[in-house]
Amino acid sequence: MDKIAIVGASQTKYERRKKGEIFYDMIYEVTTKAMEDADYTLEDIDNVITVSNDFLDGRTISCMAVQEAAGAHDKNVSTIEGDGAFGAFYGAMRVLGGFGTTLVVAHSKGSEGDPKIITNAMFDPIYHRLLGLDAISSSALQASVYMERYGITEQQCALVSVKNHKNAKNNPYAQLPMDITVDDVMRSKKIADPIKLLDCSPISDGAAAIIIANEKRAKKARTKPIWIKGVAHCSDAYFLGDRDLADPISLKDASKKAYAMAGIKDPMSEIDVVELYDAFTYMEPLWLEGMGICDAGQGGQLIEKGITVMDGKLPVNPSGGVLSAHPVLVAGLVRIIEAALQIRGEAGDHQIKGAKTALAHGINGPCGQSHCVWILGSK
Amino acid sequence: MGIDRKDTELLTVTFDKGMPYEWSIGKYGSRFFQEIKEHKRFLGTRCPKCGRVLVPPRRICGPCFQELDELVELSDTGTIMAFSVVNYPFIDPATGIQRPIPYTYGYINIDGSDNIFSHIINETDANKIKVGMKVRAVFKESQEMEGNIQDIKHFEIIR
Repeated sequence: MDKIAIVGASQTKYERRKKGEIFYDMIYEVTTKAMEDADYTLEDIDNVITVSNDFLDGRTISCMAVQEAAGAHDKNVSTIEGDGAFGAFYGAMRVLGGFGTTLVVAHSKGSEGDPKIITNAMFDPIYHRLLGLDAISSSALQASVYMERYGITEQQCALVSVKNHKNAKNNPYAQLPMDITVDDVMRSKKIADPIKLLDCSPISDGAAAIIIANEKRAKKARTKPIWIKGVAHCSDAYFLGDRDLADPISLKDASKKAYAMAGIKDPMSEIDVVELYDAFTYMEPLWLEGMGICDAGQGGQLIEKGITVMDGKLPVNPSGGVLSAHPVLVAGLVRIIEAALQIRGEAGDHQIKGAKTALAHGINGPCGQSHCVWILGSK
Repeated sequence: MGIDRKDTELLTVTFDKGMPYEWSIGKYGSRFFQEIKEHKRFLGTRCPKCGRVLVPPRRICGPCFQELDELVELSDTGTIMAFSVVNYPFIDPATGIQRPIPYTYGYINIDGSDNIFSHIINETDANKIKVGMKVRAVFKESQEMEGNIQDIKHFEIIR
């Protein structure tokens, strides 16, 4: 693969309700900030990818309404309807395909629609929607399968909530910085067994943007280029019952491919920091298993041993993760931005010292139907 | 007993409930509707680069990628640039109530602006409307206004 890099990145602060801002405002903010970050002008942007979803935006062909705010007037602009990590994947492909640079912009406002109705609508209208299945209840089923299979405990999952909300205290963009205990999580309101309120990510509004450039154009950027060493995505069956929910094979496949591209043989020792898509606490150990960071069923112990805390052997979600801010579609792109900031050494108070190689991860579809894995590096 | 597949009645499943949304109108849009309520007048924004005045007011000029912050007071009159007398039923998405047909959809250049504003013209006889005719906005009474596009009842032709 030709050398391509992330040369610009920006995000909004994530909030429960950005009442004063329409999509346009959030997109304009992150577009201009990403260009400032790279010290690029609009002339330096060769094409634009927007990331949006019609049900979330409440608008058909939602991409058309936001292009001008992303600086796309008179430019080649295309759209991903799904998580921003996949939008970035498409952006990377466009740079590899001949564009010198791609701007990728994602936005969403969880506050404007009804997340239960919208996530219910991702399921099959004939067999599943009338049952009320949505993001929370389907994830509760996945948590249940996973915890039953391997004896993962609710306390182990609670530790993820404690860690990530604490990490969020060092991230000015996070929505839910909190000092909480395992007891607080265990005593929080039961939402859908075994998931409790503090196992869940919040409803969020926000936007994020990155600029990807080829080697030549990366030289023009102010920033230190963060090289895309490996990237892959794979998908699993649509119906939950056609998958083994405790065995994320599409994540395993995507990780293997990304590691092979990046020349990574032992992810645990070669990766310095992970930013993954923890929409619910159980996802962190389950996805770490899928990434081959530990063996199947060992995720709970990995958390318990403190390996993933800020000063652990492999810090996971120093930003506070998706548990601390969950702008749908934006969240996967934020994982890439946070991973890039870590390697730049610009992660502020949540900087992992000396991070040179980072893994970023996004998911699409119910219970992680598809996974996108990024390996970013300083060289 | 075998399964008879020849006489299968083909079924469908129907959902007929709408999805609720609460969209932010934004700072400029909110000012636009407040000006209508308080002063029964239109506001636009002027691009400092190309000089275009756009109504409704907005934050960015797309072609210039320029932030707009100059609000411009506009007239309540304009010129019909295009129109269509619509003869098929339309269900108001906010109320679920069907609008009486026919009704006339108008493309109106508000005096002092450089783009087209869309609204209803209260003349449904196509023979009595011509492109180029002057129109004036008719507003609801202030106390009946709700801060949305229907605070403008329609445009009437100035004869």
